[in-house]
Amino acid sequence: MTRKQRRLVLIGSGLVVLAVAVALMLNALRDSIVFFNSPSDVVEKHVPAGTRIRLGGLVKDGSVVRGSNLSVRFEVTDGKNGIPVNYQGVLPDLFREGQGVVAEGALDPGGTFRADSILAKHDETYMPKEVADALKRSGHWKDDYGRQAGASAGGGGK
Amino acid sequence: MAARPEHPPAEAANDPCGRHNAGGTPPARRSATASEMQPMIAELGHYALMLALGLALIQGTMPIVGTRTNDPVLMSIAVPTALAQFAFVATAFTALAICYVISDFSVLNVFENSNSQMPFIYRLTSIWGNHEGSMILWVSILTFFGALVAVFGNNLPAVLKANALAVQAWIAAAFHLFILMTSNPFVRIPQAPFEGQDLNPILQDPGLAFHPPLLYLGYVGFSIAFSFAIAALLEGRIDAAWARWVRPWVLGAWMCLTVGIAGGSYWAYYTLGWGGFWFWDPVENASLMPWLAGTALLHSAVVMEKRGALKIWTILLAILTFSLSLIGTFLVRSGVLTSVHTFANDPMRGVFILAILVVFIGGALALYGWRAPLLKQGGLFAPISREGALVFNNLFLTTACASVFIGTLYPLALEALTGAKISVGPPFFNATFGPLFIPLTVVMPLGPLLGWKRGDLLGAAQRLLAAAILAMLAMAAAFAIEQGGPVLAPFGAGVAVFVMAGAVTDIAERTLVLRLPFRVALRRAIGLPRSAWGTAFAHFGVGVTLLGIVAATAWGSERIAEMKVGDNLDIARYRITFTGLFGRQGPNYHDIVGRFIVRRVNGDLIGVMEPSRRTFPTRNMTTTEAALMTRGVSQLYVSLGDPLQNGNVAVRLYFKPQVLLIWLGAALMFAGGALSLSDRRLRVGAPQPAKTKAALHSAG
Repeated sequence: MTRKQRRLVLIGSGLVVLAVAVALMLNALRDSIVFFNSPSDVVEKHVPAGTRIRLGGLVKDGSVVRGSNLSVRFEVTDGKNGIPVNYQGVLPDLFREGQGVVAEGALDPGGTFRADSILAKHDETYMPKEVADALKRSGHWKDDYGRQAGASAGGGGK
Repeated sequence: MAARPEHPPAEAANDPCGRHNAGGTPPARRSATASEMQPMIAELGHYALMLALGLALIQGTMPIVGTRTNDPVLMSIAVPTALAQFAFVATAFTALAICYVISDFSVLNVFENSNSQMPFIYRLTSIWGNHEGSMILWVSILTFFGALVAVFGNNLPAVLKANALAVQAWIAAAFHLFILMTSNPFVRIPQAPFEGQDLNPILQDPGLAFHPPLLYLGYVGFSIAFSFAIAALLEGRIDAAWARWVRPWVLGAWMCLTVGIAGGSYWAYYTLGWGGFWFWDPVENASLMPWLAGTALLHSAVVMEKRGALKIWTILLAILTFSLSLIGTFLVRSGVLTSVHTFANDPMRGVFILAILVVFIGGALALYGWRAPLLKQGGLFAPISREGALVFNNLFLTTACASVFIGTLYPLALEALTGAKISVGPPFFNATFGPLFIPLTVVMPLGPLLGWKRGDLLGAAQRLLAAAILAMLAMAAAFAIEQGGPVLAPFGAGVAVFVMAGAVTDIAERTLVLRLPFRVALRRAIGLPRSAWGTAFAHFGVGVTLLGIVAATAWGSERIAEMKVGDNLDIARYRITFTGLFGRQGPNYHDIVGRFIVRRVNGDLIGVMEPSRRTFPTRNMTTTEAALMTRGVSQLYVSLGDPLQNGNVAVRLYFKPQVLLIWLGAALMFAGGALSLSDRRLRVGAPQPAKTKAALHSAG
């Protein structure tokens, strides 16, 4: 093979791999991305039941009800709207009423959000960025959240 | 030093008026000396950092002027300035360390991240458990590498050395400026508090002692390859020797990054309480991307060194690898992501790091676009050859790296452009990274068996026949034993076994162990270049890690239950019995410990596991301390949830088969790197084989 042919083989195989990778990525992006929604987004955008989303807001004070076998029910609110959430499992260390939370799962036809994971946080002063933004939009952002988040020396949340 | 730390809190307790209370009663004599001495330390560190910036500016300009005017004196300035710069940065680091060790809470950074009740080791590691301190660590390592090049680069060509050290100084100058302008750790509080706010409890872990420094050694170690690449472009000249000089640095950085990532993974595994070892979290991806690019660089540099080919590509990879390290630093340090690694949000910092990114990556790529076409092209090789296999490796590694890059940055870009908030999680990466990584591992054993220039694919395949049969058997066995789990899992296990067996085949072929008498083969094995052993070890390690990942994810089991005292829970072949809760006091925390007795299902007693919920009063924060029990290379894993009102506990119980292989494989990769690094042909700064001996003498 001449130098030119060899280079063509090299570039050709490179392009093939790249094309496969792009196809894989486009396919994966279509199927596996999850949108973040505040309770008001869920109400206003009429998120259909069964679509996987992340729901973020504050755990409404007094709304946490623990059932049998580690099931728990609570309401996620952004001050304007609230969405009831069902979850079964062990809650993260810093799950508390009045604190920010992000739940991942889907709405059932009855309008209850069935969460299969509640995102863990790593710091008591940490407010998930998405939740903070959502609260600001709904006008329920309190200054002390901001101060807490700003002063937080170790935000967290995997 | 070790005895000192107890003093400040004792003083604080005995002297409520305080040594820093300006208008109060005169402080006791000893604290007066302390308050006179301590202020100096932080200021000294601050001053040292400013001097380091000045030196970096000199080091970044004078040697380049020297190379342009052909002035050897100006060029040689790079060496002493690099050494002095390191000395001053080390002084700054030491100053900060002293502030932490003596718990000088008049320094804001110490006040916010330390506490006099913390064990000594955590007071020390909390130096880099925060943004400012971790940046000091970053520049310390950066200038340390610069100093190493200055010391060990005696037989580098003067122009290359001057240019490379100058580029290294530009990077250092940018980060010194960043620290001084946005992240100064030496800022004082006018009224010093008596007690610090404590380190985030999540970070109070031995992992903090190893994970960040190793990761930074890796990240920053790639800066050497970057500086050498830019230097080569500036000079417009590059040859195979370039790869010989750069490869040890890349290898060293790669080794540190490998164990740094693995260490972080193990830390997350035991500390987060649900047994995951990799989350495809953006901050993890930030470290994985330079690792993938660095692995590609390591391999392409071999081709360049041995065959003089792929020069321009290797230069590009060197630039990209460090660029990805910088992007990783940006992602983690700028606050665009929220994670346990992101210590504080300050928009100014984000903008500053972004500017550093744009200048260095943009500048480097522009220089590359301008100068690279002028470099001389390398040698020829057939597609089926060792070179061809390494190109295959590079192609797949960089494409896999690109898929991680897109998955990590797409959500950020989308939010910036449209405001939509999305998360790209494990499903994306499993669907893209997985399919790209598997062909790479399947072809991996072939590479070392192919000859340079023109390889014999059929011959190599025949020699791998035994490995392939072994892989098939493993696949069949996995399929038969583990009936549950994904269909692809036995296939993955088969690939892992193929990679391991392939590495063994490589050594067997080189030593002819099956064809020659054992003693002859042994002598051949001892005579093998250590880099050949290094390759085999590292490749074997990849197989080991892959097997661990496949087994732990596909065949692990999980039980989540509410337990009352006396309850049993079965998992795999084990049965745990909850026998009750008790309290335990630690140095700066309180534990509520659950006690579980572990038996085999048939009743044989194995041991006791004691997971706990750990409360840190200073931050009013609770962490989950999982209990792990190692059985072979598998682990049982128990963690406690919040105690329930009725006195029961929520328990998460996992069985993770072969999980330790994941990190064992990383250790093998490290060992492979170390073996290869110890190969005398790879010694730093050995220009040509003929001169190697002389070089070794003068260096040693």
